[in-house]
Amino acid sequence: MKYVVQEGSHSVAEAVSLCRPGVIAAFPITPQTHIVEKLAEFVANGDLDAEFVNVESEHSALSLIAGAEACGIRTFTATSSQGLALMHEVLHATSGMRLPTVMVVANRALSAPLNIWNDHSDSMAQRDTSWLQFYAESVQEAVDLTIQSYRVAESKDVMLPAMVCMDGYVLTHTYESVLIPDQAMVDEFLPPFEPEYRLDPEEPMTFGVYALPSDYMEFKWEQQKAMENAKRHIMRINREYRKMFGRAYGNGMVELYNMDDAEVAIVAMGSICGTIKEAVDEMKDVGLVRIRTYRPFPVEELRDVLRDVEIVAVVDRAFSYGYEGPVFSEIKSALYVLRNRPIVCNFIVGLGGRDTRVEDVFRLVKRAKESAGGEVIWLNLKA
Amino acid sequence: MNKLSTYAEITWCPGCGNFGILNAVKKVFSELDTKKLVMVTGIGCHGKIADYINVNSFYTIHGRTPATATGIKLGNPELTVVGFAGDGDAYGEGLEHLLFAAKRNIDITMVIHNNRVYGLTTGQFTPTSPAGFKGKSTPRGSPEEPFNPLLLAFCAGATFIARCYSAKSKNLASVLREAINHRGFSFVDVLQPCYTFFNTYDFYNERVYELEDHNPSDREEAEKRIKEWNYDSDGRIPIGIFYRESKPTFDELVLKGLNPSKREARFNVKCFLDRMI
Ligand SMILES: Cc1ncc(C[n+]2csc(CCOP(=O)(O)OP(=O)(O)O)c2C)c(N)n1
Ligand code: SF4
Ligand SMILES: [Mg+2]
Repeated sequence: MKYVVQEGSHSVAEAVSLCRPGVIAAFPITPQTHIVEKLAEFVANGDLDAEFVNVESEHSALSLIAGAEACGIRTFTATSSQGLALMHEVLHATSGMRLPTVMVVANRALSAPLNIWNDHSDSMAQRDTSWLQFYAESVQEAVDLTIQSYRVAESKDVMLPAMVCMDGYVLTHTYESVLIPDQAMVDEFLPPFEPEYRLDPEEPMTFGVYALPSDYMEFKWEQQKAMENAKRHIMRINREYRKMFGRAYGNGMVELYNMDDAEVAIVAMGSICGTIKEAVDEMKDVGLVRIRTYRPFPVEELRDVLRDVEIVAVVDRAFSYGYEGPVFSEIKSALYVLRNRPIVCNFIVGLGGRDTRVEDVFRLVKRAKESAGGEVIWLNLKA
Repeated sequence: MNKLSTYAEITWCPGCGNFGILNAVKKVFSELDTKKLVMVTGIGCHGKIADYINVNSFYTIHGRTPATATGIKLGNPELTVVGFAGDGDAYGEGLEHLLFAAKRNIDITMVIHNNRVYGLTTGQFTPTSPAGFKGKSTPRGSPEEPFNPLLLAFCAGATFIARCYSAKSKNLASVLREAINHRGFSFVDVLQPCYTFFNTYDFYNERVYELEDHNPSDREEAEKRIKEWNYDSDGRIPIGIFYRESKPTFDELVLKGLNPSKREARFNVKCFLDRMI
């Protein structure tokens, strides 16, 4: 294990390299580009034995990855924003064919208007593509999630692709000191990829067949079962990771912070949780529930922890136009079956990279305490 | 010419070939009815040209310039539509739109700021970077051969094909003027050195020459001249108009003189009834 202080993108690139992908596809887009460029360097220097392909679009990148993955090769790609949006069609194909690749998403706002800064609109819009989705709070967690994600994704009863979401600039471009695991330990933790099914000339088979109405639903039901199976693996792998590398993040699905006697729970995802934790430290009855695994959705954990609080303030860094924040909708529906439901309200913050500070969290809590329930509040809008 | 300037601060690097393009475009635009002009741009350093010229403009998303420009022309055929795209934009991410615009012979002009790198994302290789190009995504040199975009446009059916060099401003302005005046799909590949990530000034200054005694209506001759330089490191580089042909345009064929942006409600109903009866 080694301590390094370097750009977040480079630390994540090192984590990817430790997982020994055989094929990497890359297309530049800010703020993701430094991840794949670092990997290009590793491959060129001979530090990583992989095929590195510069493709002509993100649609091609993921299509190429799907092909390589079907041959039984571990793969990697990364993107942001418009690039992820362009991949949309292929996202469904990859998960439907049960190809467990791992992609890092450096979260960035979507056009128009053109904006290169951070929010979660890009990955939230891909919620229903049947990819596992994780959100990192720190660069260290992005490093750890990358390694863990291959394990989860490649589990025999999961076989679904995974998105490791890390906030663009806030995590990708900051210098954070992180622990990079040893290759030998990662090799032990993450065995080589040995899929049950692959394109094999000895035993020909078809990926992505035509499914008639009589069969299609069963394919989709299998995907949902795989999502449910993934929960167990995520929690187990989180524990195993702690044993081996000394770090764990809550139970793998959610992380609780100062929730023991909290009356107000803030629910959030990603790097903003660092700011929220600082604010929470200075308040008496406020805690944070950090959603680390967004798909599969940690519905049981959320019910368990939120049933005892009075107020739930959900922070969304994306918006479902015509309604409310997407995480808010899901929290409400998770809580609906409870007999005694807390008051819930929604805060839309930091779209297109608008800064959120500790004082904003204080204001947010103040507004939440005044809430009658159900409000959707856009924080820090200019007058 | 001043009336076409904007208050936006120009953020291209000093020495960038885009300055030459900007000046030539302003010169040609100043001769036209600017109220009827629309600039459509892709995403990249080139796209900033929309901020620097005071005419209608539309920033598309990366790669989609010819498709959006086609839509604008069909929406209001009275407009003069000029697309500005990067080589990454038009030859990589959105190549299909370029080819189909050429195939349809839609009456728009596409100006490609061909710096042979992804400039805005800091210098990665593109479809026209030379083989062996060393950028951050290709530290050992790109293994791929570039393609010749003029030949692609030629095969796809473009009716006006030209190449310019951003440092040869007189030639650039006169070719742009003709490209915009041409009825049909005009394609102008502008060699534009990226001073920061791929400084090609010396390379072009040694090799670029203007086409003379060339008959652009001779298809065979045009193909020969187009193939004279294949975006590699060999030979001399002709600039000027390679090919020109007169053919009905897509907008003429489908609109038959109508202007959808001026269509009245009455007309729609009548059109509907005509079809139903
Ligand atoms: C779908 C999508 N992928 C990637 C990007 C990131 N991106 C912005 S500009 C650019 C390349 C620009 O290169 P080029 O078109 O040659 O323009 P230049 O900057 O060289 O003028 C890329 C890849 C994007 N905006 N959208
Ligand atoms: S990066 Fe290159 S293309 Fe972009 S402004 Fe600078 S010199 Fe011009
Ligand atoms: Mg370019």
